[in-house]
Formats: sequence, C-alpha cells, structure tokens
Amino acid sequence: MNVRFLLLLLWMPFCAMAQGFSGLGASSDGFAMPQPQAGFAFPNDHGPHPDFSIEWWYLTANLESQDGTEYGIQWTLFRTALSPENAPGWASPQVWFAHAAVTTPNQHFTAERFARGGIGQAGVQADPFHAWIDEWSLSGPSFRALDLHAQGADFGYAMTLNAQGPLVFHGAQGFSVKSPNGQASHYYSQPFFDIKGTLNLPEGPKKVTGTAWLDREWSSQPLDDTQLGWDWFSLSFESGSKLMGFQVRDSDGGTFTSGTWIEKTGQSVTLPHGSLTLTPKAWHSVAGRDVPVTWNLQLPEYGMDVIVDAVNPNAWMGVSIPYWEGPVSVRGSHPGKGYLEMTGYE
Amino acid sequence: MLLEFKSVTKSFQDQSGEIPVLRGVSFALDAGETLALTGESGSGKSTLLHIAGGLDTADSGSVLLEGRKINGLPDRALAQVRRHQISLVFQQFNLVPSLTVGANIRFQAALAGVLDPAFVDHLVGALGLQDHLDKYPEVLSGGQQQRVAIARALAAKPKLLLADEPTGNLDEETAAIVLAQMLALVEDTGAACMMVTHSPKIAGQLGRSLHLKAGLLV
Amino acid sequence: MMAPALWALMSHWWRNPIQFFAVIGGLALATALWCGVQAINAEARASYDAAAGVLGEGQYDQLVPRTGDTISVEDYIALRRAGWLVTPVVEHRFGAVRLLGIDPLTAPAGFAGLSAFQDQSNSFQRHSVFANAKTAETLSDELDIVVQLDVADGLAIADISVVQSFAKAKGLSRLIILPNQPMTQPLLEEIAPGLKRLAANQTADVEQLTDSFHLSLTAFGMLSFVVGLFIVHSAIGLAFEQRRGLVRTMRSLGVPMRRLLVLVAVEMGVIALIGGTLGVLLGYLIAATLLPDVAGTLQGLYGAQVSGVLEFRASWAASGIALALAGTAFAVSGRLLQIAQMPLLASGKSRAWVMARGQRSKIQGFLAVALLISAAILAGITNTLFLGFGLLACLLVGAALAFPLLVSKATQVFERRSKNATVAWFWADTRQQIPGLSLALMALLLAVSANIGVATMVSSFRLTFVGFLDQRLAPELYLQVDTKDESAALDKYLTDRGFESLPLPRADIDVQGEPARLLGVRVGPTYRQNWVFLDQIPDPWTDVKMGKGLIVNEQLARRQGLWVGHSVTLRQDLALPIVAVVGDYGNPSSQAIVSESLFADLHPQTPPLQFGVRTNDPQSLRTALVQDLGLAHNAMINQAQIKSASLEIFERTFMVTAALNVLTLGVAGFAILMSLLTLADIRVPQLAPVWAMGMTRRRLALLELARAVSLAALVFAAALPVGLALAWVLLTVVNVAAFGWQLPMFLFPAEYAGLAAYTLIAAVLAALWPVGRLLNTPPAALLQVFSNER
Repeated sequence: MNVRFLLLLLWMPFCAMAQGFSGLGASSDGFAMPQPQAGFAFPNDHGPHPDFSIEWWYLTANLESQDGTEYGIQWTLFRTALSPENAPGWASPQVWFAHAAVTTPNQHFTAERFARGGIGQAGVQADPFHAWIDEWSLSGPSFRALDLHAQGADFGYAMTLNAQGPLVFHGAQGFSVKSPNGQASHYYSQPFFDIKGTLNLPEGPKKVTGTAWLDREWSSQPLDDTQLGWDWFSLSFESGSKLMGFQVRDSDGGTFTSGTWIEKTGQSVTLPHGSLTLTPKAWHSVAGRDVPVTWNLQLPEYGMDVIVDAVNPNAWMGVSIPYWEGPVSVRGSHPGKGYLEMTGYE
Repeated sequence: MLLEFKSVTKSFQDQSGEIPVLRGVSFALDAGETLALTGESGSGKSTLLHIAGGLDTADSGSVLLEGRKINGLPDRALAQVRRHQISLVFQQFNLVPSLTVGANIRFQAALAGVLDPAFVDHLVGALGLQDHLDKYPEVLSGGQQQRVAIARALAAKPKLLLADEPTGNLDEETAAIVLAQMLALVEDTGAACMMVTHSPKIAGQLGRSLHLKAGLLV
Repeated sequence: MMAPALWALMSHWWRNPIQFFAVIGGLALATALWCGVQAINAEARASYDAAAGVLGEGQYDQLVPRTGDTISVEDYIALRRAGWLVTPVVEHRFGAVRLLGIDPLTAPAGFAGLSAFQDQSNSFQRHSVFANAKTAETLSDELDIVVQLDVADGLAIADISVVQSFAKAKGLSRLIILPNQPMTQPLLEEIAPGLKRLAANQTADVEQLTDSFHLSLTAFGMLSFVVGLFIVHSAIGLAFEQRRGLVRTMRSLGVPMRRLLVLVAVEMGVIALIGGTLGVLLGYLIAATLLPDVAGTLQGLYGAQVSGVLEFRASWAASGIALALAGTAFAVSGRLLQIAQMPLLASGKSRAWVMARGQRSKIQGFLAVALLISAAILAGITNTLFLGFGLLACLLVGAALAFPLLVSKATQVFERRSKNATVAWFWADTRQQIPGLSLALMALLLAVSANIGVATMVSSFRLTFVGFLDQRLAPELYLQVDTKDESAALDKYLTDRGFESLPLPRADIDVQGEPARLLGVRVGPTYRQNWVFLDQIPDPWTDVKMGKGLIVNEQLARRQGLWVGHSVTLRQDLALPIVAVVGDYGNPSSQAIVSESLFADLHPQTPPLQFGVRTNDPQSLRTALVQDLGLAHNAMINQAQIKSASLEIFERTFMVTAALNVLTLGVAGFAILMSLLTLADIRVPQLAPVWAMGMTRRRLALLELARAVSLAALVFAAALPVGLALAWVLLTVVNVAAFGWQLPMFLFPAEYAGLAAYTLIAAVLAALWPVGRLLNTPPAALLQVFSNER
C-alpha cells in the first residue's frame, strides 16, 4: 500500500514524529474525503489534489547491473496540506517532501528533501507530466514515458521509464479500503514500467536495467486511530503476474489485509480482507529496532505460497519519519522480485 | 525434660593456640526447675549459658531444648528459639535506650507476638515499675534498669529464663531485693531458670547448683 | 515481629533528632547540590544555544546579493532546482529587535531559532513569533508571540511568511548554504550571477569554548555531590555505631539476622527517599531562585504563551532521588556488612566509632601518597579524557585521605612547640578529636577546594572569553568587497576620513607540508591593546610590524610543535621566528599572522577583500558606505552588536555559577556543625577532667571555638593548593585532552581571600551551637562523668 500514510504531518520533520505512525489517523477537518464512486479523470488525476490532506507519487524499481548485481531504487514525492484553505506564496499550507534511496546488497543510501508549495520549489503538473522537488524530478511527455532524477550527498541516479502495460486500479475502481471501519484512499498504479539508466555510487557509475512500479494515492484519513503501521509488498513474478498486498497492524495485535492480484495483461482482482496471509519468518535488528526481513505470503486461491527475503536487511530509511523500505527476492510457488515497505516498528 | 546438655565441648582460639573452655559437659534441666551455675572467672559458666541460649554454638556434643537439638541450627531457627522459648537477662541490662521503659518491657513479647497487657501490668506491679513506664532507661538506677530487663524477659512468657550475673552490677542490698523479686516471678510463671553467678549465697537461693571448674562439671 | 523491631530501630532517631537531621539534611543537601548544578548546567546550555543563535548564522557560508540588499524568490528557486541546498532568511528590524524569518522546512538542524519551532512539539503554529520574555515586551501586538526563553535577547524568530507579511516585503535577505550538498551541482555563476558567496565567519565560533566550560561545570557537579555524600556517610556511620548495642540486643531477643538487615535497609531506604525528595525540592528552589529569567507570572504579564520556563522535570527529580538512594546504599552497605559479621557476643559498648588509628592510619597514609604520586605521574602523561578524570580522582581522593593525617601531624608539631600548658593541652585535645572529625574535615577540604577550583575556572574562563571576543570582534564593523579596486577604494575612503581601517588579507599556505592560513594585519592600537597571548616575547607586535617575526595560533603550535623561538619558513629565502602564540578557541585550522606589508610581498595577487573598521557609530558609517561606495548592506556586519549580545548572554551563566560557591560552603558548614554536634556528647567526659582542674566552662567554650577556627584555617591552607591543582587539571589537562587546546589559568587572590573568610565564618557559625551547649552544660553533668565511672 502505499499506504504510506506517512504524512502526518503538519509540517516539519519534527512535529508529529513523536506521535509515531499512529498519528496518521488524525482527524481530517475540512478536507475532501475519498468517495467510492468518484472514478478518475486522466491526465488531470496524475496531478495533485490539494483539497485532500495527503498524497504521493511513489516509485520503486528492481534493477540489475551487467555483472548480475541486484539493486533497488526508491523515489517518492509526498504532498501534505496543513490546512484545507489555500494561500499564495510562502503562506501556502501545502508542504512537499521527498525521499530517494538506492539499495545495494550491502549498502543503503538515502536522501530527503522538504519544500513548501506556493513558491515553485516543488510541485506536480499533470500534462505533460512533471513532478519535482529541488533538482529531483519525474517527468516526461506522458505518464507512460518518464525520466527520473535524484541525488544525495553520496549517491544519485538518472533513469528512463517506459510503460509496457495499462494502469491498474486498486479496490473498487481505485477506491482502496484500509480498515474494517472503512478508511480508504484513491489508489492506482502503473506496475508495468521497464526502466534503465545509471546509478552514481561512491565507487563509480553503474549501468542498470529492470522493472519499476509507480503508485499514486491520495486521501485525507487513511488510518484508524488504533492502527500502528503497515507491511506493504509489491511483487512481480516471473510468470508475468503481479501482486500488491498489505496488512495494517492494529494495536490489539490484529491485522487488516488487502491486496490486488494483477494478471500479465493488466486485469486485476481485489483481494478482500483475510484472503492473503502475511507471516514474519525472520527478524533483523537495524537502527535499534527489530524488523521482519523474511516473510511467508500465502494466497490459496491463486496457489501462491512464497518466501520473501530482503535483498539487504539494512535498508532502513533513517529520514524524519523512519521506516524500512528495500528490494526483495521471492522464492517458492511464484518466484520473482519486488519491494517491501514496513512502517511503525518502534 | 526442658534442657539437656550431652558431652558439650567448646574452645576458643587465642594467639597461644586453642584454649578449651568446656570439656564435655552433660546435665539436664526440667521444666520449672531453677539452677545456679557457679565457678571461678574463666571456668566456662558464661559460655555454657550462651550455648544454652543459642548465642554461641558448641563444638561437639548436643544441646536439646524440649527434645529438639538446637546446636547447629541456622541463625533464623535460633532466633525463633530465643523469641519463643528462651529469655535472657544480662549483667549489662541491654535495654533499648531509645524506647521508654514501658516499650522496653513490651518489646520482646511484641517481637514474639505474645503480648499480654494484663500480664505485663502484673509484672510491672510486682517489680514496682509502675511510676517509671514513660521514662527512658537512662534516668533509672541500675536496680530499676535490671527490673525492666527482667520484666521484658518474663513478659515474653519463656519456658526458660537464662540470666548471666543479673545482679552483678547492683549494690548488695538492691541485688538481694531484685533477685528475690525475680525468683518469685519465675516461680510464679512456672518458667525454668538457669543463672550464672559467682556468689554461693545467690546460688543457695536456687533449686540446684552446678559448679564448673576448668571446663568440667564437678 | 517486623513492626516492633522497626519501631525500635526508628525510635533511635526520635531520641536523637540531631542525628536524624544530619542524615536527612546531608542527603537533602547532597541531592539539592546535584539538582541545582543540573539546573545551572541546563541554564548554561540554554545560554550557549542563545549565544549560538546570535553568533551562529556566521557558522554557515552565505549567498548575498552583489548589489542591493534583497534576493529574489526566483533566484532562490533556481538555485534549489539546480541542486543548491540553500535556505532563505528574511531579516526585518522592528525597533531594536531583529525579526528573523526562516524556512523551518529547509533550515539546517541547529540553525538559529529552529529549536524554537521544535520545542513546540506537535502543536506547531506557523503563524507564531518566538522571542524571549524581554524581547516579547517590545514587539508589536499584531504578532502572535510565543515566549521562548532560549531565544537570544533582541531576536525574534518566525516563519518566513509571517515576517514577509509583517514587513510587507517580498524579497529574501540572504541564503544560507547548508553544510551537506548533493553530489553534483552547477557553478553559482551559471545559476545566479547576481549573488556572491560569503565564507563562513569563523571569528566568533564559541561553541568549543562553551563545551569546555560545560564539561568543567559537570565535573564540579559531580564533585559537589561527592561532598554531600561525605556528610551522609559520616552521619550514617555515627548512627550505626550508636546502634550496635541495639542490634545485638535485638538479636539476643530473637530477631533473625536476615530480618534485621532487611529492616535496616528498609529504614535507610525510607530515609533516603525523604532526604532525596527534600533535596529535589530544595534544588528546585535553588534553581528557581538562581535562574533570573524564570518567573511563573510571565504568562500573566505578557499574555503570551509561555514555554521553556523552569519546569519541574521528572528526569531531574528522578536522577536526584536515584543519587540519594545510591549514595545511601553506598554509605549503608559497608555498615550492613559490619552488622552481618558482627559476633553476637562482642561487647555491646560503642566501639570507638572514630576512624581507626595505628595500623589503619598507616594504610591510609600509604594510600594517600600512592594516589598523589599517581596523580603527579598522570599529570605528565594524560592525553585522553578518561585519564584526565582518573587524574582528578587520584588528586582529590589522595588529598582527602592525606589531610587528616597532615592535620594530626601539624597539631603534634604545635603541641611540641607550645610553651604554655593550656595551649599544649589544646593541641593535644585537638589531635584527639581529629579521627572523629576526619570525615567532616575531608568534606570541608573537598568543598573548599571545589570552591577555589570553581572560582578559578569560572573567572579564568570569563577573562579568556571576554578577551577572546575583544580580540576577535574588536572592529565594530566588518566589511567585505569583491575586487582589488574596491579594496583599495574602501581602504582609502576609510583612512581619509580618519577611521582605523584594518584590512584582513588571507591566503592558504603550507607550513611544513601542512595546510594553514596566512593572515596579514595592519599593526596598530587595536591589535596591541586587545590581543592576549598564551606565550610571547616582549613586544611581539613591533617585530611583526617590522617583518621580523610572526604569530601563530595555538592549533598550529600544538599540531606542528612550533612555539615561541621556533621559526617558520614562509618562502624559500624567508624564515621568521615565532614571536607569540595566540589562543584561537574553537577554530580547527592552523593560522599564521604576519604584517600587512609582508603579506603583500608574499602574495601580491591577493588583495584584502575583508576589512575591520573601528568606529563609535557603526550605523552611520554603514549608511555612508552604502551611499558613497555603493556597498551592499549584506556586505557589512555590525560586530559591536554581536559582541554585546553574546557578552550579555554569558554574563548570565557567570552569575549563576557564582551561586555554586554559596551552595558548597553551606554544605561544608553543615558538615562541621553535624560533626561537632555528634562529638559533643563524647566531649563531655573528655572536658570534665580539665574542668575539674580549674578551667572555666567559658574558657573551655572559647577554646572550642578557637579549635573550629584553627581547623578551618588548616582546611583552607590545604584546600588552596588542592583547589588550584583542580583548576589546573581541568583547564590545562582535561581541556587539552577533550578539545586540543588549553584555557589559560589566571589566579584571583582577592577571591581566595574572600573564600578563606567565608570558610572561617562557616566554621565559627557551625561551632557556635555546640559551644553554646557546652556553656550551658550544668556542672552536675560534668560531675556525673566521675560518678558514672566504674
């Protein structure tokens, strides 16, 4: 899920962090709420929805260099609104922030940027598509052909992406439910990108190719007050089918699971709560927390029973709101690769 | 039989080597009996009393209290014996200076959980302490302090009262009165009493005498 | 069984309230000292942060406009979108207040005032202005002011949008360049040719200086707690000695040993909790009294939301009580062990509770000597913080252990030398009491030593700090130009108008293969009057002026081992002797300083682009420079303002630390009082024979008073060298180990004389009560000594 409902946040790297991810379930006074029958209007919906409190453009990619080494990259642009009313210039309540990362089998590089709306430092334009913050950008003539740039103090990358399949809508026509109480978001993906380009690492540039998955999601109150965090998977199997699956962990120990089974053709089926089971198999200590880095995922309807291993268990995003995000490899009934995001581990 | 010593030996370590103090002492004391232990300084009479009271331990032999062997018991068990079966009266009184006379008298009985206010009143009256209950021990005369110690010891209703020169710190006249009061109360309560004394005159007032010489009963 | 046994144990305190007061009071004072010092440290830290707020903007490189005084938002966005991580600052003057608008989203961690936003936890108000109470008073009512104590005086901080709308201005004043930049970025000229880069101004980075100060304060905080523990230890020791008989009696009455140990532990735990709690409250009171800015009424006065007021912090209270418990446990554990090992039958009489003599004092003496020798050796070889604190421990414990022995020896000498029998008896009697007083004497010695050390350290620090600011911020105005022509024009302009112009040319050079910065100076009164050297030849500036010598900073001297007398090769044919070494606190880089003309010879292509100017009216000179030479506002820094602001902030810290003196002396006086009071009863049998021989009680009382004074004098005599050694270790050993440079140590005889007087007064005050009791001892009590003897 990109239920990266991170957002919290009022502003700042600092404020809500103390509250942890549970703070995400805060109220949404004055903001628009996701509507089940809303539908989508493209290309406009590739752009921002400032009347919703949070939104993101979330890209992950599994890459391989010529020598066979596996890499992962992440590029995420978040938008959050401090208040629903608009104001021009520096007084704009729109806050943007972004995370970029490169994961190698034994290293993990991250960078983080912040910007406010209203002054042009960051933003998204739907057509031609252009998303940017500082010098980082994701842009192209259309949503199907994009260039990607980001850099930090010790890494950078430049990639080109070409979509090989259609957009996929999660839940009922893109209305994705996150809790038994009906919290939901508007959520669609482009999971069929081919990607190639160059990674700039301290040891030098590396040419890489692979596949990428872009998530778009916006909402105003995605999580319940009692939901602590989530474990989210985007997996691409060698068979050509794909799975988006997640569970939201509740403070009472229960979970809410959901997902989407995506055929090679792009046809998708929403997986209702309970059909997918996600079980942690091995834990790893990173940044002073214990995080599950090996998982067993079972989806009996599709005969799926796989073990998912982190490529680099130390893929910890030590940013303002820290979380774990990195590439994974999949073995078992449906071998493949993908990305895993885990939040709310204290 | 209340108290029985069987071949009890005890020696102390000194720079010059081992000094035997008790060299095989055997005797028995029945319930309600009073016994004087006499002997010269260093004859071992105080050591014998301390062993009987569980304050010291025998090297060999056995000490039986109501048929139960008490030598070699751990500190906890010995403390329980002292609390419930034995009371001690010392030459130095050993009162608690920060407690009033009344509190001192009630102290041991309270520790043992057998405090009987009526009985305490009786003891206080018999020993003539009723006017001193709220005073602190330091303002009492030696004779009065020892009366307090005796009251404290008997208030716990012991089966055996062990007394080590209880009148040794008192002048002759006071000593005679205190001793008489003490023996009367002992008889009254039916406790047995073993008293260390160097005075034949005092020994004569008790039911039986044992004389120690160089660690042996003679 | 528990209740009557506990009651019997506790009844001791009821009957001996002074001892109870000593234990509780000792614990409370030790804890209060700890808490008070914690609070002072916290205040000091806040002061540093505020000072850094004033000085700190200079820590970063900045972009300023080449002309005019605003930067357009477009330039800012262009830079950001080219990968330049910069953060905007808008500055607006509101009367005497600098209203600083920042962008909390992009400001670097630790940037001026960012903490103000952070402290607002999760209730961030974008529309608020943060200022301290004093500044808040002068700000406009239009603003939504939040009082925040750690914002520097005269500064108000807000989000950039708030300042822009208040000032009705659109542009940005300057851009701060963040320390960490991304992998690649284009040249500045390609993106924003209208901006120029100003190098970070390192002339006033006081962070290291304050860190060092803070470290020393922390060390003294620990020390004051140790002093308190001495009192607790002796008070508890006395109470245990007096209850040996009780313990034995209770055991003979059938209280098992284990039970007894538990009871005593519970009893002391309760007492530690009471003492610790009182101490925390007392410490809070002390801190609240000391911290000048703290007033609970701020909220009412300013109608503004108050934050940062001295709060009763759980962490404080918990650490204070934990220390009280740990200190008590430390003092009690030995005693419990004694009880556990105490044979049931040994004499119930109080053993001489005093410190052992004979064999034991030999061991003590041996230990003291060994520790002091270790300290001397460590002083020579210490190069790490760990060894530095080891050295402190050896020095203090060694001195404390040695002291009673030395006093004993001294009284022996005095006794032998005295011709008068009364005097001889006086000294002999004093010596007899030393074992009983030794813990109190040690506590007093440590307390007075700590005082001397604190006074020396704080005053040395203050002199150094003020001197350093005078030296580095002497020119009231600091100017920057871009070209050789501008440089010459500015110099001419200033000189023609009679200003003392101080060009500051600089170039990067190698000294023995290591990078260093060469500075040129125009030698004149400013340098001669304001620079303080760590080491120098007589009149070094004249040699510098004549090109016959150079000055290096301490960093270069230490790094390369080059001190006064060594020479430095500046060019193949030119080697100059070092004529002085200057302390350059907090500057990590090596520097060498030569005359302006020699600099021009060595680096003819490097004109001075920075100037200092002496002026009494920086504001109007500033205006004149803008009008006449077209200098940008941003190219001028008013250093006089920076200096006075930072001095004011530090003054507060200094004032607060003076309070440490009061605290530690109070504790020391208390230690003497308690020891004398507890000794008083033991004294009666000792004094009775003298009284019987015809000495009046009045005379005896006077002698007792004289004894307190002589002992205090001996304490001070010993504490002076120990305290100075303590300060020396902190300033020149620990500081070098921690920070790589040394704080010069100055001596303050007047302050020491004052401390000596306070010490004697404390001793007399402490002795008055016991002496009064002696005066009022009825003859019957003295007589009783004889009648009690058996």
